Amino acid sequence: MLDRRNFVLSAGALVLASTLPLAAVAQDAAKIGFVYVSPIGDAGWTFQHDEARKELEASLGTKIETRYVENVTEGADAERVIREFAASGSKIVFATSFGYMNYVERVAKQFPNVTFMHATGYKSGKNFGNYNARFYEGRYLNGVIAGKMSKSNIIGYVAAFPIPEVLQGINALTLGARSVNPNIEVRVIWTNSWYDPGKEREAAMTLISQGADMLTQHTDSTAVVQAAEERGVHAFGYHSDMSKYGPKAHLTATTHHWGDFYIKTVSEVLAGTWKPENVWGGFKEDMIRLAPLNPAVPGDVKTMVEELSAKLKAGTFHPFTGPVVDQAGTERLAAGAVIDDATLGKMDYFVQGVASRLPSK
Amino acid sequence: MPELPLRLEPRAEPSRLMPYLSPLLAVALMLAAGVLVFSALGKDPIEGFRLFFLNPVKDAYGVSELLLKATPLMLCATGLAIGFRANVWNIGAEGQFILGAVGATGVALYFEGSESSLLLPAMVVGGALAGAAWASIPAFLKTRFNANEILVSLMLVYVAQLLVSWLVFGPWKDPDGFNFPQTRMFDDAALLPILVEGTRLNQSLLIALAVLVAGYVFMYRSHTGFKMRVAGEAADAARYAGFSANRMIWIGLLCGGGAAGLAGMAEVAGPMGQLTDKVSLGYGFAAIIVAFVGRLNPLGILFASLLMALLFLGGEQVQQYMNLPSSISMVFQGMLLFFLLGADVFIHYRLVIGRRSA
Repeated sequence: MLDRRNFVLSAGALVLASTLPLAAVAQDAAKIGFVYVSPIGDAGWTFQHDEARKELEASLGTKIETRYVENVTEGADAERVIREFAASGSKIVFATSFGYMNYVERVAKQFPNVTFMHATGYKSGKNFGNYNARFYEGRYLNGVIAGKMSKSNIIGYVAAFPIPEVLQGINALTLGARSVNPNIEVRVIWTNSWYDPGKEREAAMTLISQGADMLTQHTDSTAVVQAAEERGVHAFGYHSDMSKYGPKAHLTATTHHWGDFYIKTVSEVLAGTWKPENVWGGFKEDMIRLAPLNPAVPGDVKTMVEELSAKLKAGTFHPFTGPVVDQAGTERLAAGAVIDDATLGKMDYFVQGVASRLPSK
Repeated sequence: MPELPLRLEPRAEPSRLMPYLSPLLAVALMLAAGVLVFSALGKDPIEGFRLFFLNPVKDAYGVSELLLKATPLMLCATGLAIGFRANVWNIGAEGQFILGAVGATGVALYFEGSESSLLLPAMVVGGALAGAAWASIPAFLKTRFNANEILVSLMLVYVAQLLVSWLVFGPWKDPDGFNFPQTRMFDDAALLPILVEGTRLNQSLLIALAVLVAGYVFMYRSHTGFKMRVAGEAADAARYAGFSANRMIWIGLLCGGGAAGLAGMAEVAGPMGQLTDKVSLGYGFAAIIVAFVGRLNPLGILFASLLMALLFLGGEQVQQYMNLPSSISMVFQGMLLFFLLGADVFIHYRLVIGRRSA
């Protein structure tokens, strides 16, 4: 029964309760979720995304609050993690690996008021954008250095899977190397895993024993740089500056910088001006950089690399400028032509100069 | 070497009740140790427990996710338990799970575009047969050459992973998938119907419950099941009674493989909707823990699979809300198994303090 005293009490409680959410809203920071495919660690793909997350927090301060889940396999569990971020009030969810694509797509449809950004995929929607970086630009510069400095003319490349992004890197490195040294041969060993330090190291050792004196990898660990240091050959890091894992071996690295992009995207979403788009940034957008060059790199090579970086920044040079000829001798790009993004995104061949074959289709 | 004044002595008569209480004791010890883990990481243990064990099931959607995650564990663990009871140590349910996914995907892709209501049953059969076929390799090698089934079944997991990798990079690759390692998305006719609208929980839960019941009937109500239990508990007696050891090995491995194959089918025809190289999330290995925590008994497995699923979901939650590292789920799983094995020792042994009087 609701008597008078109870009524006063409950009315008071009601007033109190109704003011609480208001106070909470005024202070509430916008929640941003990050889904990582591997543990953060201290170098690599996820590490660079997490560095960018910290830059985002530093830049936007109390306006936002970031959360993350690491080591989320690209299987059915990913959908639950992504959905939980959305359901628990996140404004934006960044899903940082290709295999999350179909799960992001499904959750994005269920949460139209949340913005979803997916890295390295090809799908998008009303509240669902994707982003990627032109990793191959850095690879081309690595190739130029390797081509100039290799004595054996053999470059070893440890790679995870023959997807377009990886093939772009191998081909760009080969084109860069052969632009300064037509005798260069690139040998590839597949590890069939993004992260398997043991296998990566084994592959690096095999490549060294085949005569490679320049190594690089498109995998997630520092094993290849460490192997190069041990055996006294040179290496190029990837994702992160890996010089501390091979102070002598590490000539430079192609490094990823997502911070500015995260800050821009989050600011736009908070301001209500965000539009879904496909972001593909490189040197020009400062998404890709070269790590500081090792003193072992000769002065003339350094100058050459600086000139090329300036051109990449200015947008006056594209690593995939014809003629590009594939392994079978077929011309894929006519002399002087520049590859378009759609063709680049579907790359499924090796250029001339790569000695290994693609796994059979 | 000086001997510690501690030793284990066999009990004259092991308790009949303790085998059932020891999993509960293990859970209690895991929770107690969890307090230490949360405190050591500098987090509030009460909040940690709330997030880890309650938050995942705070609403109906959470419960549906728990059931979805527990389903493949139930399936794999029931199949494994049949073999484990007869001392047939199939450690390769993970590989059999993958083959089940491959078998079901093969059917789905072969009949692509079909809207027949027979497609799903065909995928179920395809998945179970493929899983059983994979498990028949260690069964054959064991019965024919006495090759250790633990090693053979385990190593075949890696072969299965390479096989699925080859398929999704090669012949089964989605032609419109920009060379990414995945098959086409399945048609609706090849997807398991959803049980509760708005969730991902699908009919595979019903299949898993049916398998649990079938497993129970087989183990406790059939003559073969009886023989397998005898073989596990008293190998000499089974031999004396003339039970065929080879037959038990075949049954144990085929049941394990078939059930794991069903689970693999349910993954591709359920939450994934396609085959990728990431189809396995470690269900086959986690199911080994589930089988033992569940005392190799279907009812126990039902509860153990829910607990195990909760450990996975809770691990995600404490990451999201407390920034704890992803390995936290594994730490809890490890503690659970450790305490269970520890508690089990004391069913048959007791700790005696003091030096041996001899």
